[in-house]
Amino acid sequence: MGLVGGELERRLEEILGAFCGKRSELIPILQRIQNEFGYLPEDALVKVSRFIGVPEAHVYGVASFYEQLRLRQLGKNIITICRGTSCYVCGSSKLIDEAKSVLGIDEGETTPDLKWTLETVTCLGMCAHAPCAIVNGKVYGKMTPKKLVSIIRAVEGGRRS
Amino acid sequence: MTVDELDELRQTAMRQWDELHSKPHVTVGNATCGQGVGALETLNAIHDFLTERGVECDVVEVGCIGMCYAEPIMSVSLPGMPAVFYGEATPERACEILELHLLSKKPVAEYALGTVGEGSIDGIPNLFETPMMKKQVRRLLSRCGFVEPTNLMHYLATGGFDGLKRALSMEPSQIIDELRRAGLRGRGGVGFPTWRKWLTCIQTPSDEKFVVCNAHEGDPGIFVNRVLLESDPYSVLEGLLIAGYTVGASNGFIYCGAEYPLAFERLTAAIKALEGVGLLGDDILGSGFSFRVWLVKGAGAYVCGEETALIASIEGERGMPRARPPFPAAKGLWDKPTVVNNVETLAYVPHILRHGAEWFAEYGTERSKGTKAFSLTGKVERPGVIEVPLGMTLREIISELGGGSSTEKRIKAVQIGGPGGGCIPESMFDLPVDYESLAPTGAMMGAGGIVVMDEDTCMVDMARHLIQFSQCESCGKCVPCRLGTKQMLAILEGITEGNGNESDIVLLEEIADAMKVGSLCGLGQAAPNPVLTTIRHFRDEYEEHIRLHRCRAGVCKALSS
Repeated sequence: MGLVGGELERRLEEILGAFCGKRSELIPILQRIQNEFGYLPEDALVKVSRFIGVPEAHVYGVASFYEQLRLRQLGKNIITICRGTSCYVCGSSKLIDEAKSVLGIDEGETTPDLKWTLETVTCLGMCAHAPCAIVNGKVYGKMTPKKLVSIIRAVEGGRRS
Repeated sequence: MTVDELDELRQTAMRQWDELHSKPHVTVGNATCGQGVGALETLNAIHDFLTERGVECDVVEVGCIGMCYAEPIMSVSLPGMPAVFYGEATPERACEILELHLLSKKPVAEYALGTVGEGSIDGIPNLFETPMMKKQVRRLLSRCGFVEPTNLMHYLATGGFDGLKRALSMEPSQIIDELRRAGLRGRGGVGFPTWRKWLTCIQTPSDEKFVVCNAHEGDPGIFVNRVLLESDPYSVLEGLLIAGYTVGASNGFIYCGAEYPLAFERLTAAIKALEGVGLLGDDILGSGFSFRVWLVKGAGAYVCGEETALIASIEGERGMPRARPPFPAAKGLWDKPTVVNNVETLAYVPHILRHGAEWFAEYGTERSKGTKAFSLTGKVERPGVIEVPLGMTLREIISELGGGSSTEKRIKAVQIGGPGGGCIPESMFDLPVDYESLAPTGAMMGAGGIVVMDEDTCMVDMARHLIQFSQCESCGKCVPCRLGTKQMLAILEGITEGNGNESDIVLLEEIADAMKVGSLCGLGQAAPNPVLTTIRHFRDEYEEHIRLHRCRAGVCKALSS
């Protein structure tokens, strides 16, 4: 569902209009663009490089450095599993394995139908309730593989109805 | 706002605070940890209950009291009785508690954690006498779980901005002296004396200076800063203001990790409230000191917790560390002298200014003064956040406050100090926890994350996991870290998959030495610690993996258990 050039252009103009083009604004700009589009379209990166007056390679370098900046479109639903130390001690790898097998994708991947993205995160700071996961923005503590699957099923069921 | 106006506002705040406490009211712990186990559902159920019954009662959303194991936590206060804190308050249980305690004035001992305030209730202990609380000295955490985090009036009613008021009446040199006498050291892990960092910044001539709060608590297994930011954000802002005044900065930055959306939201609200009353802006409290705070959201890079990488990130660059010296206090953000302090350090500053250096130094050891917050997690009965005097032993922390193992298995070790910390075996739990005392174990206190492991954890696999973490998070700028983590990971994967060699341990130690000496920043220098400490204290497990192809914890799937 790529954006038609004109539409992308218009929405980008609107976002960039709120900034003055300083180099230090690069990350906030990319975060805003990602909020708007869900990822960072290539055309947007080119436009940002002109706006700030830095090489495209610099914008790409920054965009690819940070875990939360995405160069590819994400799925409609996002599962984020914590791989922090406490979560690992309390069995987060079982959650990751279960999610991988149920969704048929690896960490960091999106299903071909763009329904699901599976991610891991360094630490959510929810360690007291390890292992933890986020599904579509909602934080769950004391997660089990069974609970995770039922949440996935519930989301899928809800989408069909 | 003038000093008189602040005093007046505080009077109003205290009146409101007394009024709140003279009426029946309910609190619900609403931080990320509570939300993860259903605090919002509990909150909704409480509101629904009160509406249905037509009961008028204040419901205050407070932060995290630190007893995360019992979340969701709520409290009920009735006039003339101490407040009762309740644990595992699911929506159903919350309604039951309201029915019995709030409506029928019968506290429910069965669900109670403890009482807070004057008086006692039969069958319910005083909360601060219960095992997790008894040995705590709650100073930093004093407001956490008791005030509405973004409510400025609650902050003022509990002594907020007393520290700033006093600071503004002092010369910067007097503030430095106060911090020096207190002996406050950086709580982020390195333990550098805070006053010295500030003094360097003061002494470096420049037309502009900055103060930065490092709120990028990236270390997995620790969430002390998150609890502070979500439960008492004004204390961090007040600390930043005092730092700004002391070093002569008119702009402060808070770099908050993207993993902490609620902390970001509460900081945003708190900054707005302070701007609204003039505690941020021009001529603060008529002192001529002007100060603004800029909240910066991280974009997800562990290494940005390192101060020079954090600075690069604020500048809009890839978050890659640079060689030090020059240290940021001399040459930092946009090459200007910059103080970078951890959340916990800054949050402590207003308390020290308010109560004085001697008060701070009452607790702690000779070289590690004061109290420190720790997060206690993993296979422990009572995970959560605690604040204890520096120098308390690991055993006291884990067995008494934490309640020991949460499983039927024995506790085997702790992983302390984040991925760059190390693993300490149970036999060494009598060592005091402070900046220096853990050195003989090869580990360090770090920012205060304690992850408890039982016999189900394979120490070789744990080392592999932590090295994998560092390998993923290495920024790639310097060779020892970039290649060292990669090679160590390959060797550890070999061992855990049954392909280990006799020479592997020596090779790991050699790589570790090179990384410690040659890496540019703390990430690479500390990354080998989990490997070195597990080799040192759990060598037999390595040897079993290599020689017998056996993993006693049954974690390494390719090996027998």
